[in-house]
Amino acid sequence: MDFSLLRNIISRYCVGEENWVDSRTVYIGHKEPPPGAEAYIPQRYPDNRIVSSKYTFWNFIPKNLFEQFRRIANFYFLVIFLVQLIIDTPTSPVTSGLPLFFVITVTAIKQGYEDWLRHKADCSINECPVDVVQQGKVVRTQSHKLRVGDIVMVREDETFPCDLILLSSSRHDGTCYVTTTSLDGESSHKTYYAVPDTMAFRTEQEVGSLHATIEYFVGRINIYKDKEEPVARPLGAENLLLRGATLKNTQRIYAVAVYTGMETKMALNYQSKSQKRSAVEKSMNAFLIVINTVLKYAWQWSPDRDEPWYNHRTENERQRHVVPFTDFLAFMVLFNYIIPVSMYVTVEMQKFLGSYFITWDEEMFDEELGEGAQVNTSDLNEELGQVEYVFTDKTGTLTENNMEFIECCVDGNVYIPHAICNGQILSAEHEDLFFRALCLCHTVQVKEEETVDGIKRGIHQGRPTSFYISSSPDEVALVEGMKRLGYTYLRLKDNYMEILNKDDEIERFKLLHVLNFDSVRRRMSVIVKSKYLLFCKGADSSIFPRVVSGKVEQVKARVEQNAVEGLRTLCVAYRRLSESEYEEACHHLTEAKLALQDREQRLAQAYDIIERDFVLLGATAVEDRLQEKAADTIESLHKAGMKVWVLTGDKMETAAATCYASKLFRRSTQILELTKKRTEEQSLHDVLFELNRTVLRQRSISGLSVDCLDFGLIIDGATLSAVLKPNQEGAGHGNYREIFLEICRNCSAVLCCRMAPLQKAQIVKLIKASKEHPITLAIGDGANDVSMILEAHVGIGIMGKEGRQAARNSDYAIPKFKHLKKMLLVHGHYYYIRIAELVQYFFYKNVCFIFPQFLYQFFCGFSQQPLYDTAYLTLYNISFTSLPILLYSLVEQHVTVETLKREPSLYRDIAKNSLLRWPVFLYWTCLGVFDAVIFFFGAYFLFDNTTFTSNGQMFGNWTFGTLVFTVLVFTVTLKLALDTHHWTWINHFVIWGSLLFYVIFSLLWGGIIWPFLNYQRMYYVFMQMLSSGPAWLSIILLITVSLLPDVIKKVLCRAISSNLFHSINHPGRPLRLKALSISVI
Amino acid sequence: MMASSYNAKDEDGHITVSGPGGGTLRSKKPENTAFKQQRLPAWQPILTAGTVLPAFFIIGLIFIPIGIGLYVTSNNIKEFEVTLYDMSGPHQNPFRNCNNVFMYYGLSNFYQNHRRYVKSRDDSQLNGDLESLMKPSKECEPYAYHENKPIAPCGAIANSMFNDTLELFYNDPNGTKIQIPMTATGIAWWTDKHVKFRNPTDNANLTAVFQGTTKPVNWRRPVYELDTDPQNNGFINEDFIVWMRTAALPTFRKLYRIIPKKNSMVPTLLRGNYTLEVVYNYPVRSFEGRKRMILSTISWMGGKNPFLGIAYITVGSVCFFLGVVLLIIHHKYGNRNNSADIAN
Repeated sequence: MDFSLLRNIISRYCVGEENWVDSRTVYIGHKEPPPGAEAYIPQRYPDNRIVSSKYTFWNFIPKNLFEQFRRIANFYFLVIFLVQLIIDTPTSPVTSGLPLFFVITVTAIKQGYEDWLRHKADCSINECPVDVVQQGKVVRTQSHKLRVGDIVMVREDETFPCDLILLSSSRHDGTCYVTTTSLDGESSHKTYYAVPDTMAFRTEQEVGSLHATIEYFVGRINIYKDKEEPVARPLGAENLLLRGATLKNTQRIYAVAVYTGMETKMALNYQSKSQKRSAVEKSMNAFLIVINTVLKYAWQWSPDRDEPWYNHRTENERQRHVVPFTDFLAFMVLFNYIIPVSMYVTVEMQKFLGSYFITWDEEMFDEELGEGAQVNTSDLNEELGQVEYVFTDKTGTLTENNMEFIECCVDGNVYIPHAICNGQILSAEHEDLFFRALCLCHTVQVKEEETVDGIKRGIHQGRPTSFYISSSPDEVALVEGMKRLGYTYLRLKDNYMEILNKDDEIERFKLLHVLNFDSVRRRMSVIVKSKYLLFCKGADSSIFPRVVSGKVEQVKARVEQNAVEGLRTLCVAYRRLSESEYEEACHHLTEAKLALQDREQRLAQAYDIIERDFVLLGATAVEDRLQEKAADTIESLHKAGMKVWVLTGDKMETAAATCYASKLFRRSTQILELTKKRTEEQSLHDVLFELNRTVLRQRSISGLSVDCLDFGLIIDGATLSAVLKPNQEGAGHGNYREIFLEICRNCSAVLCCRMAPLQKAQIVKLIKASKEHPITLAIGDGANDVSMILEAHVGIGIMGKEGRQAARNSDYAIPKFKHLKKMLLVHGHYYYIRIAELVQYFFYKNVCFIFPQFLYQFFCGFSQQPLYDTAYLTLYNISFTSLPILLYSLVEQHVTVETLKREPSLYRDIAKNSLLRWPVFLYWTCLGVFDAVIFFFGAYFLFDNTTFTSNGQMFGNWTFGTLVFTVLVFTVTLKLALDTHHWTWINHFVIWGSLLFYVIFSLLWGGIIWPFLNYQRMYYVFMQMLSSGPAWLSIILLITVSLLPDVIKKVLCRAISSNLFHSINHPGRPLRLKALSISVI
Repeated sequence: MMASSYNAKDEDGHITVSGPGGGTLRSKKPENTAFKQQRLPAWQPILTAGTVLPAFFIIGLIFIPIGIGLYVTSNNIKEFEVTLYDMSGPHQNPFRNCNNVFMYYGLSNFYQNHRRYVKSRDDSQLNGDLESLMKPSKECEPYAYHENKPIAPCGAIANSMFNDTLELFYNDPNGTKIQIPMTATGIAWWTDKHVKFRNPTDNANLTAVFQGTTKPVNWRRPVYELDTDPQNNGFINEDFIVWMRTAALPTFRKLYRIIPKKNSMVPTLLRGNYTLEVVYNYPVRSFEGRKRMILSTISWMGGKNPFLGIAYITVGSVCFFLGVVLLIIHHKYGNRNNSADIAN
C-alpha cells in the first residue's frame, strides 16, 4: 500500500496537474526563515474549505441548465422547442415544451437535492473544530480556517483535517498509528513517523517555537536552530498524514498542514472519472443521424404550395414564407417525434432502475462479507452482455488471498508447522538465522489491545486469534507460520523488534533500516543490529542472482516443486555486515533519501548496492487457495465465448499452476510460452513468428477436424514490454504488436505473469485498441488492479482483503469472483437484450407514429398538418406506449435464469452487438414503415369518399387521425406483447392497462368541452368513431394485418432454426441455439 | 439526462466516508422477494407453428364470412354520382328501395385539411362566447376582421362555406316537375349541433345578437340569415356545421340533404327521370377542383365501400393460406420441435 501511495503522491506532483506550483515551501508556524537562508517567497495556498458541491444558491439555475443542455439530446429538444416558439409550426410549443420541461425539472430537482446534501456534508466538514497551535498555545478554530503552515494538534480518534506532516507524537518513539478505512477501506493500522528532529517536542510551547520550512515538492524539511546551519531532513510518505484518515492508539500528535482544502489528496480524488459511454448509445446516435438525413430529404421533396382563394396567408406569413428554411424547421418540428425526449428518459430509467436488480440479487450476496453486489455506474449495464475479453487478476480474485503457511525449507530440509515433521529441528546456524529472518524481515504490525500486557499474554498463550496486521497477507502468513514453529514476533518497541524464541526467551533486535518492498525489486530487506545483519526475502528470481553461497541447488529444486503445486514461494537470504559496510550502507540510504531529484531511482540504486552477496537460507511456501467455484466460473466464461486473460505479478510457475487449477488451461491445452527464458535463447522476432506459425497451422487443421485444440499463451512482463516497444529497426521485422495480437486472438486463454500494475492497463489498452474493438472487462481486487479496471470498458472490483480501492474505482463491485458468472451470463445477457429491444422498439414505434404523418403530407398539400391531435402527439410517447416498454426492459426474460446459467454458450448469441446491427435495425425499420403504410392507406381507402355511419353523416380529418392513432397504439402495444416472453402479472397489468388508459383518456378528452382550450376539435370524435361499425371492423382488420408479418417471421424463424439446430447437433460439440437469437429480435 | 447524476452519487459516497467515523456499509442482505430476485411467476408463450396455426385458421374462418357479408352489403347499396357543371339535365333514377336517400355534395382538389385552413377557426366564438364574437382569435387571420368589424363566424373555413343550392325534381311523365322534399336537419353530428356550436344567446332575435359583427367576406348573407327556422339558424345551421367539420382528404363529400322515406311500401324515389337544379355560386375552377352531387342509400355499415369487404376477404384468405403453409411446416418439422425448446 505504501508504495502505491508513494507513487500516487509522486504522480500527483509530477504528472497530473501542470498548473500547480512546482515546489511548495511551507513555513511552519508562518515564521520566516532566518535572513539570508533563502529568499522568502510567500506563496498563496487555498484555505481548508472543501467544496464538493457543484452549485451555489445563486448559480444553481443557470449552471444546472447549462449542464443539462450540454447533453446533445436535451439541446436538440430545446432547439425544437425554440423553433416552435419562433415560427408558425404545425404543433403548439407545448407538445415539445412540456416533456422537455418535465425532464429538465425532474433532473434539476434531483441534482439540486444531491447538491444540497453535498452542501450539508461540506458544511459539517468545514465547520468541524480543529486545534491549532498559535504562539505556543492551543487555539480551537474551525476546519475551514486552517492554512498551510499551521501547526495542528490532533487527538486520538480524530480525523485529520488536511494533509499533514507529522512533527511529533505523544508516543515516545515518535510514531503514530493511523487507519485509512475511510480512504481505501483498509482497516489495518498503519504507522507513520515523526520527523526525527522534532519528535522530541512534547508541548505546545516547544512545537510553537519550531522554526523550520518544508520544501515539500522534494520532500525535505529544513530546521533552523539558533545560529546554526539549517538541518535538512528527508520527508517521505511515512511522514505524511492524509486528510480523512483517523488517528488511532496515539494520544495526540502535532503536525503541520502542508496541503489544505481542495489540494488535499482526498479532495483530488473527488474529481469524477471520465464517463464511459456504452456501445449501444453510440449506435443510437448513428441511427439518429440516419433519421435526420431522412428528415432532410422529406423536406426537400416537398414542392411549393399553392394559395387558393379560400385559404389566404396573412401578410405576416407571406413575408416569412420567403425563407424556405422555415419550412424545413416546420417539418423538423412535425417529425421530431421520431426521436422522442422520452426515449432518453426511458433509457436512463431502464439503466437506473435495472441496476437495482444487480444489487438486489441474493445470489450475489456474500454472507461472510455481509455485502452484495454494488453498482457504481449503471450506464454500462448492457455492456455486461457484450464482453469478449476478461482480464482477471490472480491473487485475491481467482484465489482467496487467504494465505496459509504450508512449509519452509532450510538448506533443503523441509519443515511443516503442523507436524513438526522430521521431528528433528537441527539447531544449525542457518536454521536459527532463517527463523529469525522470517520473524524480523517484514512490516507486520501487532495490533494492540487495551493494554500492552494484554497483547503479550495473547500472543504468549498462542491463542488462535491473530493480532498481526499487514498490508501483505503473505507476511502475516509467514509470521504466523513462524509462531507455529515456535518463534513468535512480539512487537516493535522503540526501534527494537522483540522475538519470543523457542525457549521462551525474549530476543531483542534493534531495527536499523527497512528497505521496503517494491514491485520492481520484488524483495524487501531489514538491517538489524545484534551483530549487523541484513535479512532479505523476496521472489526467487530476485534473490538467486544475488546469492553467493548456500545450498542453492536444493532450495531451487524445492522452490520449483512448490511453484508447480501452485504455492507462493519466497526465498530468504541474509548477509552479515561489518561495521564499515553498515556505515557505507547507511550513507547510501540517507543520501538517497535526501536526494532532491530522482529520489526513487536513487533509492533503488542504493538498495541495489546494499542487497548483494547474500547467503541463501531457504525458502518458504504459502498457499493461496482458489476461490470457491473459480474454475466453474472460468469454464463458463470460456463456453460463453469470452477470452480469459490472467494478469498477475506472480511468477510464472505459480501462476500457471493456478491457471491449471482454475481450468483456464486444460490438460489438452497446448501451451505457448513467450517468456524471457525463451527470448534469451532465440530472438523475440523468431519466437513470435514461430508461435504465429504454430497457431495458424493448427487453425487450418482444426478447421477440418471436429474437436479443435485450444492454445494457451504464457507471457511475462519483460517480454511483453519488448513486444510492445516500438520497433526501432523499422519495417524489416514487421510489427510485433500485430503478430502478438494475432497469436492472442487464437488463444483461448492467456496468462501474463510478472506484470507491473501499469503493464496490466497497457495490455487492456492494447486489446481495446485492436481492430475488432472488442469490449473488455477487467476484474481485480487490489490497488494494483485499479489502473486496468479504469482502462477496461467494464471494470469490476472485488471487495477483497487488499482494501477497497478496486471496488471504489470499479463500475461494479462484487464480493467474490464466482459472482462474475451470474453478472455476465445472466444480468449482462438480460440487460443487453432488454436495452436492445428498448432501443429498436422505440424506433419502431416512432416510425409507426411519424410515418403516417409523413404520408399525410402528400394529401394535405405539404402544409405540415398534423394527422393526430396535439394531445395524442404529446402523450403517445409519454404515457400511451411508454410503460409497457419500460417494464419490458426491466423484467423481460427471454429464457430463464437457470437456462442462462446452465448454458453459457447462449451468451455467444448476443456477442458483437448482434441485436443492434444494421440488418436487425433495418428489419425493425421496415416493419415500422410497413405498419405505418398499412395504418395510413388502410384508413385512406376506407375513408375515401365514403360514409362510415349508418345515419349518413360524415367524419372529418380528426376522426381520420384518431382512427389511425387507435390502430397505431393497439398495434404497437400488441407487437410488444408478441415480443414478450415473460408474462408476469405486471406485464399483463401494464400492457392491458395502457391500452385501457388510452381508451379512457380518449373518451374523456373528447367527452368534454375543455374550457381552457381554444379549440374543441376532438369533441366527441372518439365516441362518434366507436359508434360506427365499419370503424370497428377496420381497426380490427388493420391491427391484424400489421401484426401478421411479424408473427409469420417469428414462426418461420423458429421453425427454420429448430430445424437447423437439429442438423448441426453433433454430440460433443458446443450447441449454438440460433433459435434464441432470432426469437429475441 | 440522469447520467451525470450517477457521478454525483459517487461523489456522495466520498463525502459520507470522509466524515468522522465514516464508512458506508450497506450490509443489508437483499430481500428475498420474487420481484427483486427476478423470479416472478410468469407465463412464457412461444410463437411456434403449432400455437399460431389454429389462430390463423380461426382468423381465416372469421374474416372471410365477414368480408363476404360486407361485400354483399356494399353491393346492395345504390349510389349515384353526377359531376356538376353549369347545367342541369334529366337523369335516370337507379333507386328502388324504400329507405332514406342521402344527398351529398362532393368537392375534389379542395384542401380542407391544409394546416392554415384547419386551424383558421375560433371554436369559442362558435360555442357562443360573446367575447370571442367581438374579438375573434388570432388563428382566424386573415379572416378575422373586415373593415374593422369582427367577422362572425371568423376564419378561412367559415369564409369558404359551400353555398351552391341543389334541388332535385321528379320529371313526371305528364311533363310537370315535382320538387322532391328534402330535410336539411339531421345532417350534422348531434353533439356538434347541440353542444359544440351555439348561438351567442338563446335570444330569438339573432340579428341583434350579431350586431357589430360583419359577415364573412365571401358570404352573401350574414350568419343570422342562413335559415328561417330559428333552430337551424346562426351558428347552429347544420349546413354550416357540416362544412366546419374539415375533411380528411382533398377529395371529400359532405352530407347535404336527406330525402326521407315516405312509407315502407313506396320507394323513396320513384322510378323515372329527375332533374337536378343547381344554383351555381361556388367557384372551383381556380384550384382545378370539381363539384359532384351524390345520391346514396345507407346500410348498417354506412355508404358504399367495397374496399372493406374485399380487404376482409383477402386477409382472411391469406391467413387461411398461411395456416395451410404452416400446417405443412409443422407437419414436416413439428415432431422435432418439442425437443428443440431447450430455451424454456
